[in-house]
Amino acid sequence: MNLQFVVDGLLTGSIIGLGAIGVTLTYSILRFSNFAHGEFIAWGAYAALAASTLLGWMAGGNVSAIAPFSFGWTLIAATVIAVLLTGLLALALDYVLFRRLRRANTITAVMASFGASMALRSLLEFIFTSSPTYFSKKLQIAQKLGLGVRATPDQMILIVMTGILVLSIHLLLTRTQTGRSMRAVSENPDLARVAGIDVGRIVNITWMIGGGLACFAGVMVGLLVQIRPYMGFDLLLPLFAAAILGGIGSIPGALIGGLIVGLAEAFAVQTVGAEWRAAVAFVLLIAVLLVRPAGIMGGKA
Amino acid sequence: MLEFFSSGLAGYLAFFLATALSYAIICLGLNLQWGQTGLFNVGVAGFVAIGAYTSAILTTPPSDTHLGGFGLPILVGWAGAMLVSAAATGFVGLLTLRLRSDYLAIATFGIAVTIQLVALNAQAITGGPFGIGFIPRLFSGWAEDALLFNFANLAAVALVVLILYIGLERLVRSPWGRVLRAVREDEEAARSLGKSPSHYRLQAFVLGGAIMGLGGAVQAHFIGFIAPENYLPTLTFQVWTMLIIGGSGNNLGAILGGVAIWALWSVSGSAITVFFPPEQQARAAALQITGIGVLLSLALLLRPRGLLGERINVSRHTDAKPAKAG
Repeated sequence: MNLQFVVDGLLTGSIIGLGAIGVTLTYSILRFSNFAHGEFIAWGAYAALAASTLLGWMAGGNVSAIAPFSFGWTLIAATVIAVLLTGLLALALDYVLFRRLRRANTITAVMASFGASMALRSLLEFIFTSSPTYFSKKLQIAQKLGLGVRATPDQMILIVMTGILVLSIHLLLTRTQTGRSMRAVSENPDLARVAGIDVGRIVNITWMIGGGLACFAGVMVGLLVQIRPYMGFDLLLPLFAAAILGGIGSIPGALIGGLIVGLAEAFAVQTVGAEWRAAVAFVLLIAVLLVRPAGIMGGKA
Repeated sequence: MLEFFSSGLAGYLAFFLATALSYAIICLGLNLQWGQTGLFNVGVAGFVAIGAYTSAILTTPPSDTHLGGFGLPILVGWAGAMLVSAAATGFVGLLTLRLRSDYLAIATFGIAVTIQLVALNAQAITGGPFGIGFIPRLFSGWAEDALLFNFANLAAVALVVLILYIGLERLVRSPWGRVLRAVREDEEAARSLGKSPSHYRLQAFVLGGAIMGLGGAVQAHFIGFIAPENYLPTLTFQVWTMLIIGGSGNNLGAILGGVAIWALWSVSGSAITVFFPPEQQARAAALQITGIGVLLSLALLLRPRGLLGERINVSRHTDAKPAKAG
């Protein structure tokens, strides 16, 4: 048994986990499963690509990469810009669509998110065409980590960054007043409103966090694999599986769920074959629904 | 010359209508699930695919490239399609109908992705990426006369739609149909009247799935060839838009929506071939999907009832005047 699948699984798992945090927050605070969440990943990646190209051009081209990584300062700055832009995209989508439908009937909002997902993805396909692109065409040499496992510097820094991001979101939710308000709205929006919590502000913060994390996941996919319009939609099922597996509403649960789905996918690629990868999330999802619908860390289902 | 043109146009219209009505069949299945019972199925394409593949495998002549074929009559293929699709919907329904409604959406989305993956990868059964060809077509003896052939097929598909329409209208007006709407509107009230919501939900879900499978089979025998890329989530999305635009909860609306959205899709598709150079057409086709997505969102925001809204059905044994539509 080659242990390389652990590194691959942790990387895919980090990407899925970051996306699943957004899904689980939207589900617990806004009370609907957002089928357009995958598009935030794709739009985030393309926004970072556009911003880093623009920054590179403004800096006179030829921005050198920061050794030992494959990317330079332009991509770091572009990611910050793209995280904000993707958060704003999520807010805009809420403003024109979800806000008006959530009040009436949550399932109508789910349906609208399905329509928005199709429209957003096809728009990307129209603007950037369906052919894949990359942040950088440079090849990185993977370094030996022992036990027959290799990882590139990019892969290692991204795993560290994921840890830092998830920890900060977890601390935000558990240690700050904003986090307490978010949990209150998730428990009971009406009671939270009566207690003087600005529910509209909490909703906006939720979208910004969800969109921002999805954008970072998109940049990760772009650095590690490639950028294409379907990159987010193809992650949708793993995102849902991770969020449900971890327990709806739980940030650590979403990350753990993501890591389990990622590791299972990498394991299946090695043992069953890469062509069945997309079915792994479904099998895990069905298993959770059968055995423990509330998820690992969850309370109510 | 003129005669040729007009018969070509009539043939095209018949072909167009037959295709549109085959979508209307799927739409009627979804209307039973969503329109009547409030079950959110995001895996329509998967259940349609199961119907299409089942019927294709049952009816094609023996082949090395996929399972079977068993060379059975087309009607046996259709019946098999309904049975296997019903079994698949039953499986998903048993797992998820007792959970929150969102879980049904996620699980059906997942099974559709998985079914498409099986169609693509289980080459020994499904023919893999090459799909299944030589699916027997109705009235293939008349295939030389395109006009007659297209009209005969249109008549056959229209007959299936008519039978389904009459059957579903009877069901909707029956006590069974009233329980479905009771479950949709107020589960607790239905339960307190002694009706088990999960039983009725499962029945409606499975029957709707069987109808979707039939729709897939009818399409497969109409076109004569199926492949995995016919059953991408775009299909689910088209059928949903058809139902919402036509008017969910209304069987006539489901049929009307099927024809209207298919007309819009065909016209915009032709417009793209006219207005965009060939190398840009694949790219421009993405705009079609964007347009339909915007249309669906606008309909949900501005006219959630669709073109034909739901009509009130009360028992003919009561004098009560219907209240306002739900």
